[in-house]
Formats: sequence, structure tokens, C-alpha cells
Amino acid sequence: MYNSFLIKYGEIGLKGDNRHIFEDALAKRIRTVLTRIDGDFEVRKTRGRIYVFCSGDWNFDETVDRLSHVFGIVGICPVVIYDSCDIEQLREHMVEYLNEEHPDCTSTFKVKARRVDKEYPLTSMEVDAELGEAILMANPKMKVDVHNPEIVFDVEIREEIYIYSKVIPGPGGMPVGTAGRAMLLLSGGIDSPVAGWMVAKRGVTIDAVYFHAPPYTSDRAKQKVVDLAKIIAQYTGPIRLHIVNFTDIQLYIYDQCPHEELTIIMRRYMMRIAEHFAAENGDMGLVTGESIGQVASQTMHSLLCTNAVCELPVYRPLIGFDKNDIVDISRRIGAYDTSILPYEDCCTIFVAKHPVTKPQLKIIERSETKLKEKIEELMATAIETAELVIAK
Amino acid sequence: MREIYFDNASTTIVSPAAAETVFRVMREDYGNPSSMHAKGVRAEKYVKGAAETIAKILKVAPNEIYFTSGGTEANNWALIGGARANKRAGNKIITTQMEHPAVSEPLKMLEKEGFEIVRIPVDESGRIDMGMLENELDENVILISMMYVNNEIGAVTPVEEIGRLKKRKAPGALYHVDAIQAFGKYRIFPREAGIDMLSVSGHKLHGPKGTGFLYKSDKAKVLPLIYGGGQMASLRSGTENVPGIAGLGVAAAEAYTDFDEKIAHIRTLRNRMVAGLSDMENVVVHGMPGEEGAPHIVNAAFIGVGSEVLLHTLEERGIYVSAGSACSTHKRSGSPTLTAIGAAKEEMSSSVRFSFSELNTEDEVDETLRVLEEVLPMLRRYRRR
Repeated sequence: MYNSFLIKYGEIGLKGDNRHIFEDALAKRIRTVLTRIDGDFEVRKTRGRIYVFCSGDWNFDETVDRLSHVFGIVGICPVVIYDSCDIEQLREHMVEYLNEEHPDCTSTFKVKARRVDKEYPLTSMEVDAELGEAILMANPKMKVDVHNPEIVFDVEIREEIYIYSKVIPGPGGMPVGTAGRAMLLLSGGIDSPVAGWMVAKRGVTIDAVYFHAPPYTSDRAKQKVVDLAKIIAQYTGPIRLHIVNFTDIQLYIYDQCPHEELTIIMRRYMMRIAEHFAAENGDMGLVTGESIGQVASQTMHSLLCTNAVCELPVYRPLIGFDKNDIVDISRRIGAYDTSILPYEDCCTIFVAKHPVTKPQLKIIERSETKLKEKIEELMATAIETAELVIAK
Repeated sequence: MREIYFDNASTTIVSPAAAETVFRVMREDYGNPSSMHAKGVRAEKYVKGAAETIAKILKVAPNEIYFTSGGTEANNWALIGGARANKRAGNKIITTQMEHPAVSEPLKMLEKEGFEIVRIPVDESGRIDMGMLENELDENVILISMMYVNNEIGAVTPVEEIGRLKKRKAPGALYHVDAIQAFGKYRIFPREAGIDMLSVSGHKLHGPKGTGFLYKSDKAKVLPLIYGGGQMASLRSGTENVPGIAGLGVAAAEAYTDFDEKIAHIRTLRNRMVAGLSDMENVVVHGMPGEEGAPHIVNAAFIGVGSEVLLHTLEERGIYVSAGSACSTHKRSGSPTLTAIGAAKEEMSSSVRFSFSELNTEDEVDETLRVLEEVLPMLRRYRRR
């Protein structure tokens, strides 16, 4: 019965003079995601609202699924649009809507009419009263509650008449592309895709870098990361994913440095390479999935050591999250089942049985001097041979 | 880069003749064998022809060959259909501890249904404990399922001897043999060996994937697993995969052409590989030595090297093998066979399987041994400490 959606956006409404920039970005993103499915969609901005009008061979569930991937949307209201009509006719429409959408309902409700078209002969409050009565006559089990209703019937009287009463939650946040770019260090795990998603949710465009170590990691592990990037790209738009072969650097560190420092030193070089690609893409920060104390390389001491090599700010949106919380988000955004596929990732292949948990920056820096002979050359090669995949 | 394919126990390249047959049947003789018209009759001929070819190889009747979607279906049907059809006669099913999941998993399911499953242990080479088997065989046994050639280490089970034992101790029981790694490598005559059901897969012998059959003796009472239009004497419904079946027939005939020469050649490759590996330090070859083991499978542990890492290293050099048991930090369960033969943990995580077909050459074996000599020191140097 639906033929359109009212898109509710929360925070954007707060922006002052920039508001139209955010609204335009949101409308554009909605248009983009809807081009990928069957149906004809018109996205229209009118007086502080965005409507999506659907026609042709469109499918309700598919459309809602697409819309629920758009950052900036707080709620998706399925709307039924009727031609403008007199109150008698409108009462009939209301009852028809009620029977279709809330059959056998026993909830409390109120009607909230808004007369945008001031030519309409009844005032908003008169419409409320008329339609409330119509509902009660059609279904005596329902009760009016104007303070805490379980269902609100929104009725907008414009050139046409819109009725809606349901809100499907959207992901919230800000439209992608309204807040600059950042480089995500993406692994095959649970955390980093969630971290990328969270930063993207604030309107940031995401690029990504992944380090693999053939033959210690497999093509399947790499494919898994590409797949994860594709899942995140459903929210963020296409992701430029840089795939860096890290094997030689890793083995060189293994040869030259104390084994229990391997992971920290490795991560410092990953950060350096990530910064290189960040500069190339014009990114304004790095994003990682680190969370304090989750593993040895994520203690405060370790974070200090890895952070020390970075010139860009490093954003760690999961820093205070417990694993359970991260898993919940991962499931919700649809990344979890891919994240848990059991392929080795390059951080764990040579990991020491007892890695340092309280590394000291000075000591780490001293260890790194042992790498000076070849490391620049190895980094240059790794950067040069990196593969670029556009995940979408 | 030249390609050395040593993963023939996983699957094989389809032979040109089998592939041509499949194509021809798909494009020309594409009828449904159940159709009354001439196209149907022609399609039916391929199915009958393949059954006749296979029946001749096994020295059984063509109507005892039931085509399936492959080895897994054949095993499932034999076990589930066999157990359910005979549950009034008893409750006990005997198998071994080193079966393929296509046998062990349906048996687990039957165990949940209330059947008693006895799993005979094996020694460090994969020989089953014949004494225990003899003790367990009694009048309550309704089904015995034995793996002819083990897929992971190539251990061979004396299926004929077990057939005789069964005849003596549990004559009423059904005897199923999983011959998926054995058909094409051994001459198998189910009637002489007292085998009631025998599972075979097409893609292990240069036939197409999605093909296979169950030999089921006329006397064996087995319920269908798949019901429908009544094909295959109502025991396995579903329109026959005519192109696949035709291809399987061709591949089976080819497998038993110049059979002795081919097997001798494959065995030469295996012996050469085993000899080369035995000269290396810290390499443990699993399975049965010499002529006792299957001709086409070599399984070895490269102590100190992760099997998956070795697999990818060889892959970078164009050599395709199989990782016996993939072990990573995210623990996966170890291989059932290596567990059954009591392999040490460090052997489990470093095992690789090389499996040959008659298309492989001695040069390929030598090249692989050379590559192993080259990469193993490097791989052993870099390891988790």
C-alpha cells in the first residue's frame, strides 16, 4: 500500500547555515544507493524533509534495506499518499490505512495532523478530531491517549495527503562525504571493520590499507578483507583499499629485532606505510580498531609506541569498548560472519608466546636502529608493489 | 611457470574423452531418459552404457549400479538407508576411527537416532585392529562400513579379509565399503569380497564433479534417501545427470585401460617421493610403507613448518598440494585420520599431502623435492617462537 518514504534525519537539523550542504549530501547518497536496485525513485527535498517517491518495479524490503545503510538517516517512515480530498473521503482513507497497517489493534493512539496547505477547509485540530473519531468507530478497542500514545498517526495535508505511523530506525550519524577522509588500517578481524564503520558514520569518507604476508597468509585471507571492505562500502560508498605485501619487512624485523618486540615494531611500520597512502589520498587521519588492553599490542604502553611514529591523528573509535560491544555492532552491520572466517592474519603468524606488554619507546626505537640498513628500501618496495582494489 | 598438480586425491583434471562426451551429451543428446520419444531413448542409452561399463569392471550386474551426485551422497545413502532398512534386525554399526566425514558424519547422525556405533581404532600406520573387529562382530551388527583407501595417508584396509570375517561372524549384516580413493587404483570385485555396497566418486578418476555411484547388491535391503519420480528403480529419484554419468562411464573405462602400467607408474612416483622425503631431516612420512599403502598418496609432516605456509610456498612455485590438517591460531579441529593414528601435535600442524595421477612425471617429483630442499630451511628459520 505504501508508495513513498519520509526520511527522518536528526542531527543534520541542528546545523545552522550549513544545513543545506548536509541535506544535499544525504539526498545524493540516498539517490546513489537506490540506483542499485530495481524501481524508479524520486528523492525530493521539501521544507526540511526528504521524501523518497517510489514507482515502477520496486520492492519494499529491498528499498528499506538500502535506506537503512545510509548514514544520516535516523528513521525511515513508510508513507501512503492520497490525492487531496474532503474530510469524508479522508476518513475513509484513514480507516482503510488502519485496517491494512494495524489490523486487530488494541493500542492507544493519537492523530497528529499538519495542515501545510492552508487552503484546506479544516484546521489541523479539526482534522485530528475527525480522524480520531473515524478510528474509534472503526475499531472500538483502540483508545485515545494524547500524552503517551503507542501509535501516532501523522497526517500531512499538502497538495496531496500523506499518512504514516511507523518508523523503521536508520543508522543515524552524518551523510558520508561531509567530514573529510581518513585511512583505515583494515585487518581480517572483528574490530577494524567496526572502527571504519563508526568513523564513516560521522560523515567521513574511508580509504583502507591491508597488510598481507604471503605465503604465511593465504589468498583467502586477502579475499576476506576485500569482502569486509565491500560490506563497509555498502554504508560508505566505494573504498580505495591498498593491499601491501608485508612479508619481507616482517621477516627482516624477525631477523634483526628481539622477538618479543616484533609485533610492536611491525605495527609501527604499518602505521608509517598507512601514512604514506593517507598522504596520497588526502586523508586527514588514521583509523584503527584498537581498544585498550585487548591484546599485548593494545596496552597504553604499546599504543604510545605505535602512536609515536604517526604525524596524522590516529582515531580509535573503539578505544573504550569491550569485545562484546564490538561484536554486537559487527553483527548489526553484517560484518561478523565474514570477520570470523578462520584465516591467519599477518599480525599473528610470528607472534611471540610472551610479547612485551609494557614496551618502552626508547628501547623500541633503539631496536629499530638495527633495521636501518635495509628497511627504507623494503618499505619503498612494499609501497611500490601495493595493489589497489576499489571495494564497492 | 609450469604447474605441478600433486593434489589428485582432492580432485583430478577431467580427461579429454570424458569432457568431450559430457559436452556432446549436453549439446546433442540432451533428452530426459524418462521421455518416451527418441531423444529420451538416446539419453537413456548413455546411462545404461555407463552402468554396463562400470558393472563389467566390478563384475556385477548393471542394475546394481545406482548413479548419485557423488561420493558423499553414495556414502550417506548406504549408511542411512542401510541402517534404517535393517533396524529391526539389530542396532550395532561397526566402522573405523579414520573415516572420511562423508561416513563419520552420517554415522554420528545415526548415533543420535539411537544406533550403537563402534569405531575400531587404528595403529600408527592406519592398520585397523582386526582382533577388536572380530570381537565386535556379532549377530546384533546390521552394518559395517570400511574405508578402502584412506584419503589422508593412503592407508589400505583389508576389505576382502574383513568380508570373509563378516561372512563368518555376522552374516546378516550389510557390508559397505567407501572406495572413493580406491576405485581406479585397485581391482575391486564386490561379489567375491562379500561387499554389499560400494561408494565411488567420479571426479577422483578424471571424471566430472557431481558424479558418482553406489554399487548395491540386489540382495541388500536399503531404503532410499531421495524420493521422487522413481528413477533408478525408485531407489534414487531425480532426473539422471546424463552428461555427468556418460562422462563418468568414459573415465571409469579409461581408468581400467592399461591399468597395471598406470598403477606401476604412479607407485614409482610415490616411492620416489617417499625416498626423497626420507632423506630429509625432520620429515616424518605417515601411512603404510612400500607396497602396502595406496599407490597415489604420500603424507608427510615437515616438523617446524606450518602446513598451510608450506602449501602456499609451494603454490608460489607452481606446485599444488593439500594441507593435511590446517592449523592456525584460530584453532580448527585436527584431521580425523592423523588423530586416529596418534600423530604428535607438531606433526598434525605440519602435515602436507602429495597425491599423484598417471599424468604426473618423475621429473615433477624431483622438482618438488628440489623445491622442498630449497624452501624448508627458510621456512624453519621463521617460525612462531
